[in-house]
Amino acid sequence: MNLAAIQRLLALSLLAFAAVDVRAASVAEVIDTTQPKMVKIYGAGGFNRLEAYQSGFLISAEGHIATAWSYVLDTDYITVTLNDGRRFEAKLLGADPRLELAVLKIEATELPFFDLNAAATAESGTRVLAFSNLFGVATGDEPASVQHGVVAVKTQLDARRGVFETPYRGSVYVLDAMTNNPGAAGGALINQRGELVAMLGKELRSAQNNIWLNYALPIEELRGSVSQILEGKFRPTDEEPKLKPDEAIDLAALGLVLVPDVLERTPPYVDLVRGGSAAAMAGLRPDDLIVFVGENLVHSCQGFRDELAHIERNSTLKLVLMRGQELVEVEVPAAEGDRP
Amino acid sequence: MVRLGLLLLIAMIGARQARAQVDPAVLAAEEARVAVVEKCVASTVAVFSPGGQGGGSGVVISPDGYALSNFHVTSACGDAMQCGMADGKLYDAVIVGLDPTGDVALIKLLGRNDFPAAELGDSDQVRVGDWCFTVGNPFLLATDYQPSVAFGVISGVHRYQYPAGTILEYADCLQSDAAINPGNSGGPMFNAQGKLIGINGRGSFEKRGRVNVGVGYAISINQIKNFLGHLKSGRIADHATLGAVVRSDADRRVVVDDILEESDAYRRGLRYGDEIIAFAGRPITTVNAFKNALGIFPRGWRVPLSFRRQGQRYDVLVRLRGVHAEIELEEMIAAEQQDPHEKMPIPKGEKPKDEPGSEPKEEQPEDQKPDDGGPGKDPVPVRMPKKKAPMPEIVKQHYEKKAGYVNYFFNELERKRVAAALTSRGNFANLGKAWAVTGKTGGAEEFRLEFSDAGAAIRLPSGELRVEWTGGMSNHLEPPGSGGLLAALALWRRMLVDGPQSFSRVQYLGTMPLADREGMFDILEATHEDVECLFYIDPQGSLAALEMFPETDVDPCELYFTDYREFAGQWLPGKIEVRFGDGYSYEFNCESYAAADAPQPEGE
Repeated sequence: MNLAAIQRLLALSLLAFAAVDVRAASVAEVIDTTQPKMVKIYGAGGFNRLEAYQSGFLISAEGHIATAWSYVLDTDYITVTLNDGRRFEAKLLGADPRLELAVLKIEATELPFFDLNAAATAESGTRVLAFSNLFGVATGDEPASVQHGVVAVKTQLDARRGVFETPYRGSVYVLDAMTNNPGAAGGALINQRGELVAMLGKELRSAQNNIWLNYALPIEELRGSVSQILEGKFRPTDEEPKLKPDEAIDLAALGLVLVPDVLERTPPYVDLVRGGSAAAMAGLRPDDLIVFVGENLVHSCQGFRDELAHIERNSTLKLVLMRGQELVEVEVPAAEGDRP
Repeated sequence: MVRLGLLLLIAMIGARQARAQVDPAVLAAEEARVAVVEKCVASTVAVFSPGGQGGGSGVVISPDGYALSNFHVTSACGDAMQCGMADGKLYDAVIVGLDPTGDVALIKLLGRNDFPAAELGDSDQVRVGDWCFTVGNPFLLATDYQPSVAFGVISGVHRYQYPAGTILEYADCLQSDAAINPGNSGGPMFNAQGKLIGINGRGSFEKRGRVNVGVGYAISINQIKNFLGHLKSGRIADHATLGAVVRSDADRRVVVDDILEESDAYRRGLRYGDEIIAFAGRPITTVNAFKNALGIFPRGWRVPLSFRRQGQRYDVLVRLRGVHAEIELEEMIAAEQQDPHEKMPIPKGEKPKDEPGSEPKEEQPEDQKPDDGGPGKDPVPVRMPKKKAPMPEIVKQHYEKKAGYVNYFFNELERKRVAAALTSRGNFANLGKAWAVTGKTGGAEEFRLEFSDAGAAIRLPSGELRVEWTGGMSNHLEPPGSGGLLAALALWRRMLVDGPQSFSRVQYLGTMPLADREGMFDILEATHEDVECLFYIDPQGSLAALEMFPETDVDPCELYFTDYREFAGQWLPGKIEVRFGDGYSYEFNCESYAAADAPQPEGE
């Protein structure tokens, strides 16, 4: 090899290292600007392989947080830890179970956040970084875990019904990284420019071959529901006092018996549907979980009863139920004079 | 047919053009990466137990064959193991030292002095998002000794992973999404430049069976560097504790919840309720941060501690205690070797092995299926029933069984090396059985020190003090307040003139740092009568410091030897500083050394 060739090679390898360095610096930068937007969420669970934690990210400077709608939020005591270690009690602002999306709010200001309107889209082959507190590895001011991967495909999750049991019916990014681990749900998927692309979904296993799927929900699928929640829809029922009608619907009138209300927040599962009742006519079944009354999110037996207390007896009742992993909408006809 | 040929030709040309269009920088980067991986693969070791049924991974760190692995890998092998390397050869290896708490083992490959060795990196420089790769023997695939390589990014640094049982604590470790599977244990994690940044050993698995789910942990190489000297000593290294328990208070400060009165931290003034601000050079804001900072140190190291009480900040140096009693460590290792299956930590929850689809079944025979794991952050060994194989001849030559040691052969080896270095700088016996040192103190007063095996004396303008070593040296800690300056000097002379063998018990302890000094120092631990000494020897063979402990859990008398130069044809310190506890400090600037019975030199 002559001198010129060696010089060329040298220049080339220098170039290569320079290229690597530039990339490394920008990845580090992207990570540094993303971490402060990530939060750790603690709530219900902690037994029977149900982790009492999950992930989330800030979507406003005033402390709005997007996360996955899950049993972890089934408590009055949701705690959020910011990247800097500050800890807050969080309020469940609203949820859209069809998207497995929930929005929390903490009392804070001037927080770094992802602007959902500036979110990017991805396609097959897009390099992504996933941020989450999977396995609860990080606590306090320890930063979230970062994983790398590529978007394998954007597809419909329910393309093969019965394979992946989830109420979500929209499109998802399937990832070639093992992102969807315990505690990762609600984490952020970003592209190499640091733009938010999607929210990490829950753990999901194929009923056919037991393979775990790593997927994330595109922000454009969530954006609408988030703004609706921010506008006051999909709010939990225990929000503000409303005027009660003189004669309201009650469980007996519907012919519905809920599971015994033994917890501080017992999920409103149907225990029994009386034969011939309005509930039976509407097709309610035992083990259905009542998720929405109209547009109001209920997540306790008491919450459901309170909600009913605000509805005129002679009106039609719209319910959204979780049946297995399916969301089912039903209309319960007015139940006049049908009281046993 | 012709048309087909033409099409193929066009396709080939197209492909060539496509290749030519790739940015040369990308191709060069790829080439550089391939070269880095090749180099790293060469130093990686597939560890097999003598019967060949179990094993894991390792990595050679010096050309003479020292290699790192996991304690939970070597404990399944016993004292001898076989190591396959990428050159396709199988080498015999012997156990050298163990750190059961940190899950690290040092072994030595035998038969060559030019093993390809990995270059140690600086794990404190590793950042989240850095590319890294793991090399090793996952699922014991490397039957041809060619290791597997997996790329990933660093997912987290300074992670704390709770001990499994009382050992295998992963403090300050690296987290990566590069694959770490059963069999990768003990193998290397490299950064993109091919420098060794960690030893893989653990993963988070939970319900998906014992295969990587994107969360693996490596012991940081900087922690291992702290322990390397101890590991080379053929001993069981212990981790350190402050002697205090800390917790997070309502204001999220880290405060002392309990403190042992025998601890050095207590003697240095740390009390219940004090707020820990910094430890070993790191700011402490959480309990995990404290555990991380503490978990990387061997017992006996002195590190700076800063704490606050009622607004007042205190900065002290604390000597760290051991976590375990020596006998506890021995029992742990015996238990682990006897029945690794039973001793493996089984955290709460169900075992995942009956989970459908969780294991690559064809590749793992039933007896290879790890039965030690549960959900949680488990070590990832591949374990199999142990067969007792006879020790190969070359291993026998490098192994000596002795109670309290992993392999006494290496303690003797290191002790002899250090002793030889210590006496290489002169024939100190020429100075005789009793030495006399004269000069001026830090306060510019004339002094004369005399010391021998029989007694010692110090003469200052203000008077003279003489002692004889009757009834044990610990009864003669003169001058008052010095912690035993004269006794320590006598033991210094004993070590230089009569050598380590003149002490009733002496061993090579490993390496430790010294405050205000660069680098690491070899430590000889020697017992004479009723006192114990630590001799700190620098890489050139000069004694840098001596600490004399008249009993356990008290402050030692510390002597620091600096300003080495030639005196009476010998390499001796021009300055001796004595310190004791918090306050006492005294300097001797030496001007002459002589045999005590020789005529006194004229004043210079």
